[in-house]
Amino acid sequence: MRIGIDVGGTNTDAVLMDGDRVVGAIKRHTQTDVTEGIREALQALQSATAFDPAIVEGVMIGTTHFINALVEADRLAPTAALRLCLPATAALPPLTAWPKGLAQAVGGSWYLVGGGHEFDGRQIAPLDEEAIRKATAQMGAEGIRSVAITSVFSPVNSEFEERAAAIVAEELPHVAVSMSQHVGRVGLLERENATIINAALRELASQVVDGLVEVLRDLSVAAPLFLTQNDGTLMAVDVVRHYPVSTFASGPTNSMRGAAALTGLTDCAVIDVGGTTSDIGVLRNGFPREASTAIEVAGIRTNFRMPDVVSIGIGGGSRIHDNGDMVGPDSVGYRLPTDALVFGGSNLTATDIAVAAGRADIGDRSLVRHLDPEMVQRSLAYVARRSTELVDSMRTSAEPLPVVAVGGGSILLPDVLDGIGAVRRPENHSVANAVGAAIAQVSGEVDRIFAVASGDREKTLDLARQEAVDRATAAGATPGSVQVVELDEVPIPYLPGNATRIRVKAVGDLSYTIR
Amino acid sequence: MTWTLNASDLDDLARGAALLGTGGGGDPHVGRLLALTAIEQYGPITIIDPDELDDDAFVIPTAQMGAPTVVAEKLPAGTEGVVALRALEQRLGRTADATMPIECGGVNSMIPLHIAAVAGLPVVDADGMGRAFPELQMETFSVYGINGSPLALAGENGESAIIDTGADNKRMEDFARALTVTLGGVAHIAEYSMTGADVKRTAVPRTLTLALTVGRAIRTAREDHVDPLERLAEALAPTLYSHLRVLFRGKVTDVERRTVGGFTRGAAQLKAPNGSGMHIAFQNENLTAYRDGKLVCIVPDLICILEAETAEPITTEALRYGQRVNVIGISTPDMMRTPRALDTFGPRAFGLNEDYRPVEAHDAAEEALAR
Repeated sequence: MRIGIDVGGTNTDAVLMDGDRVVGAIKRHTQTDVTEGIREALQALQSATAFDPAIVEGVMIGTTHFINALVEADRLAPTAALRLCLPATAALPPLTAWPKGLAQAVGGSWYLVGGGHEFDGRQIAPLDEEAIRKATAQMGAEGIRSVAITSVFSPVNSEFEERAAAIVAEELPHVAVSMSQHVGRVGLLERENATIINAALRELASQVVDGLVEVLRDLSVAAPLFLTQNDGTLMAVDVVRHYPVSTFASGPTNSMRGAAALTGLTDCAVIDVGGTTSDIGVLRNGFPREASTAIEVAGIRTNFRMPDVVSIGIGGGSRIHDNGDMVGPDSVGYRLPTDALVFGGSNLTATDIAVAAGRADIGDRSLVRHLDPEMVQRSLAYVARRSTELVDSMRTSAEPLPVVAVGGGSILLPDVLDGIGAVRRPENHSVANAVGAAIAQVSGEVDRIFAVASGDREKTLDLARQEAVDRATAAGATPGSVQVVELDEVPIPYLPGNATRIRVKAVGDLSYTIR
Repeated sequence: MTWTLNASDLDDLARGAALLGTGGGGDPHVGRLLALTAIEQYGPITIIDPDELDDDAFVIPTAQMGAPTVVAEKLPAGTEGVVALRALEQRLGRTADATMPIECGGVNSMIPLHIAAVAGLPVVDADGMGRAFPELQMETFSVYGINGSPLALAGENGESAIIDTGADNKRMEDFARALTVTLGGVAHIAEYSMTGADVKRTAVPRTLTLALTVGRAIRTAREDHVDPLERLAEALAPTLYSHLRVLFRGKVTDVERRTVGGFTRGAAQLKAPNGSGMHIAFQNENLTAYRDGKLVCIVPDLICILEAETAEPITTEALRYGQRVNVIGISTPDMMRTPRALDTFGPRAFGLNEDYRPVEAHDAAEEALAR
């Protein structure tokens, strides 16, 4: 059995799952201390299901903890950015275009030294080891505790980053080192930004991981611990210590994958109706379709892959306007349990409408009996129309796309969306995030520029596929279960030798034998 | 009118330049950051209207050439452009009074701003492509008799080379392309040096202003919650790019790319909710748009694919299955549609077996259908 836990901004959910079946589920308020919150959730799950700790094969956690630390510019380690590049790239040093407060919060320290590669693997300049040693001396004096190393074209050739990491480790043995090759893809500033964020989160990651390991030990759970990554796959807890940034934004992905798993669908649209917004994404082959635009996190441009999610301001706490002709976008938000009419409050919210229409039985029904039935119908029609438009805008063909509704506010949706079809509401949908974490798989990825000799395209693609599969296996996937789920090739204009950027992602089931 | 470009203008300029890139020209993001850091360090940039340029002023256009993927990874040292400019000045024995873009679409709208700030020069509000094109001979400068040669090319090591192929601007492109690959896939260049009188005769005027206007129209439309395409049409009406046609509204259902002769060639298929389809072929930039098999826009007119909600321009590299988009066609100035101009960058120059037909000449009723 597996335990999935989702630590969101408001709630912490935990589920115990046997394959695709939910054995037990609990929901608790999220606590400031993330490890204590998880301890409490696990204890609650234990009392609810009385599971034997020995039968737990894996514990999977999705958390917004690290992204919150970044957004709040809190608990970040003093970090130095070391770029291996000179003479190139000096015009735009590290931390260019960062919000000032955040640049200061990470220490604002950077160094450029000779090094880097060309797209075809030639050196821009030899690695300037002396300059690196000089830089480390200064870092030591500055009190730097984490270093982010980025070399030009390290996705093509990683040797300089590795050599520089070894030198930093030699000179500053207690400092954490992050290498850009493990964090991002081609696109120097975006990859470097993600690496610096990662470096700044290293200490916090170690603290959190230590805490989680302790919690599991206290509860006698010996199973391996994983955190879910942005793409919905797993990262072993010891890797999280080194690359926390990859677990940054797993919430939407977990929610969508969990919802799909609860219905048995692999291709569908998922609407997550929360208190303030409805978020819609599309799953293909069981994984979310990714956004193609650059992603800004806390005002910093990165090239993380995030799910393509569109939001509208309609949720359970949305206020009703114009006698039902408009719902939201303003919401009573977290005050819903006190401010809505059904809870004795004085605000007419979407939840009150759902109760008045008999779609839900929440709070005190008699408090909404006086509502004008026509206004109630108009409000529901508004929600239905906007949701239909949104789902339709996410479709890529006229073929029917099944719709799965999750989240506390999903009671607002009708059973059928016009021109789209039935809305499925799986059991346990309110803990879809935790289910998504529990069922997460292991992935391996390749994103590099290959020289594709003419007639060798298939051979090169096979090479890239195999590398992705090998990486998935190395990350803990059961060898026979690994499949290539994504393959993207983009030729690079103006370069000789048919230079092509190839991106492959392979995914497999977690093998329980690894620790 | 001479005006000043400030740091606060750069977001709008970058967005407008991306649209004028018609799918190519490279992401202006890195260029925008370069211009921004230069303005922060050296102060705002003076932009001269071509009409106000002295006839005997000496102008050296500057640019970056190379693969967009490399541009996003191997950022410039920051000295390359000025090294190229100085190398050309030395060769010609004459000092530039101003620089100018050769290409107003994509990243090359920004590169001359960076160079101008560092070198302390003004920038002429004009360019030689009026959009983005893939090769250095595809210039109105070239069409109307200016030699690209001698061309100076520089890399991050302070090295430079001079290429002189006389009046053969295509040959100049070939030489420069080979050297750019040697330099790692990206180089800065100075070329098409000319007098103020030549600028007035051969350059597409006020295209920096155009990019700024376009970028601003999209932004303010978003802020005011009105249809960005309507705002764009209004903004373009009084310019030399006076016609905007909405060619299609739909979703990307297929994208196919391959490398041929160093270029990304390929095509995108789009589908509308009513079943109507669009086929867009590209060679770095978008070349043709067919709606239900019928040609509705062709190079050198602009074919721009915009994100449906925000009207953010989408490059051919970023095109992906499932994107919701609007496709618009924009008319180019008359000087880009003459027989000589079409010989240089019209359909046949891209190996297309179609005749040029202005986007505004296509059936207005069909356009209504696409809405």
